[in-house]
Amino acid sequence: MTARAWSLVGAVAVLALLIALPEMVRPYYVGLATRMLIFALFAMSLDLLLGYTGLASLGHAAYFGIASYTIALLVVRAGVDSGVAFPAALVAAAALGALFAPLALRARGSYFLMITFALAQVVWSVAFGWRTLTNGDDGMPGVTRPYFGWSLNNTISFYYFALAVVGVAALLMLAIVRSPFGRALRGIRESESRMQALGYDVWRHQYAAFVLSAFFAGIAGALYAYFNRFVGPEYLYVVQSAEALIMVILGGAGTLIGPAIGAALIVFLEDFISSLTEHWVLVLGIIYVLVTVLAPRGLIGLYVDFCQRRSIK
Amino acid sequence: MIALTIDNVSRNFGGVAAVAGISLNIEEGERRVLLGPNGAGKTTLFHTISGNVMPSAGRIALFGFDITRQRPDRRARLGLARTFQITNLFPRLTVLDSVLLALGGVAGDRLQLVEPPTRQRTRYGEASRLLDRWGLAGTAGRIVRTLSYGEQRQLEIALALAGKPRLLLLDEPTAGLSPAETRRVVGLVRELPRDMTILMIEHDMDVAFELADRIAVMHQGRLIAEGDEAAIRANQQVTDIYLGAE
Repeated sequence: MTARAWSLVGAVAVLALLIALPEMVRPYYVGLATRMLIFALFAMSLDLLLGYTGLASLGHAAYFGIASYTIALLVVRAGVDSGVAFPAALVAAAALGALFAPLALRARGSYFLMITFALAQVVWSVAFGWRTLTNGDDGMPGVTRPYFGWSLNNTISFYYFALAVVGVAALLMLAIVRSPFGRALRGIRESESRMQALGYDVWRHQYAAFVLSAFFAGIAGALYAYFNRFVGPEYLYVVQSAEALIMVILGGAGTLIGPAIGAALIVFLEDFISSLTEHWVLVLGIIYVLVTVLAPRGLIGLYVDFCQRRSIK
Repeated sequence: MIALTIDNVSRNFGGVAAVAGISLNIEEGERRVLLGPNGAGKTTLFHTISGNVMPSAGRIALFGFDITRQRPDRRARLGLARTFQITNLFPRLTVLDSVLLALGGVAGDRLQLVEPPTRQRTRYGEASRLLDRWGLAGTAGRIVRTLSYGEQRQLEIALALAGKPRLLLLDEPTAGLSPAETRRVVGLVRELPRDMTILMIEHDMDVAFELADRIAVMHQGRLIAEGDEAAIRANQQVTDIYLGAE
């Protein structure tokens, strides 16, 4: 069987497992799986920028969080229907990306990282400081879940909703990275000057990747607002951005499946370790150090090396 | 028709004039070699032509069209292609992907999210013909980083040629190649269509005289001689600073 056939079999098996999951585990774990799905989408969206375009952002929580807050503000403050707020949240995330991209794209490497970080902190400080609008660090409870003809108010039905949304978003991202546009992004990651010499408008490609990445992060953020029925400034905080980076790096940048696995693992560990100790961020830091030292290309990189070693034997 | 006009172009780095008032006219279809010792400013001049470096003064025109302030990608779409002195490829992509990128660039692919299958087939066909021609037929599926140095140099040229440029800039295409590989590259460059204008930097004198219609010699940022092989060989100043040093 070819590698392509194997990955198809793998995808079908994973999908079957995900569909059957609520039958197999307690509702608590269905909720945990929902969070895994949402953060898998968030990590994949960051990887469009980090792994495919070669731009490391430390401000991705801004696009996630602005979508969450758009939902909360529209539903709680303006009384807009929760389902109608969903597209508005995606527009807000993409628009914020379109606004921030020209500023961030003036820099590369660690300077790009610092600018994206600073821009995200601006959004965070607005959410944190504008108490009359956002309740500051108390956050905004009372976010309702959308109603598309059936109720999403129980854990299992919301799980299937999240699975469908994340699945469609993942397929769209897969189509993007496999398109000529996706190939051009990888080319830009490898050599901007060569791509320019070949006639590509590098800036325009990076800009498009930035906005798309913000858009998909927005989908995750909107789902998370529904899931928790609550938003708070921690959705926009640097820890959230850093976690997403670690999810991508742990799983393996430059693939879509890697960040999804990394996200699922981090969400699981966070849940597990938080029940033992309050020092989750410390553990996260240790994970990051271990991965960069032992598996710089992430779990996917380890797996690929393992397969190659076997095929050489 | 004049393919490339370089009109009194200078480029300073800090206080140093890497290129100091160079003027050159290159005819369409001409093969011109740029000679000169290290530090003569040849690569900087190349960068100003391809747009990687903006000239401090002067004017550059491609087929009569002023490109002095154009971005590199715009120049590429106007029919200018170049190779780099230090191999500049896509180390973690496959050879096939690299060539497909080269084909898409000059074709003006813009944020192409969907590719019609017919065009995809055409592009794959074109890519494999190009690889065949440049002796890279068996390498399509390989990761660029794993190619030999000679293969990487050949891929450099193949990428530059993918868009069928009207003006090709080759920056030391045979640098670091074995004698056999050099013969191969020289043969392939000779076979390029005669309507393609080629400007190349070359250190190997034999290669230079074999490929060039005319030669221009640079020294310390200035043009000190221009002419055919006989004129260059007879030029005392060139003999002193360049040939004498060999």
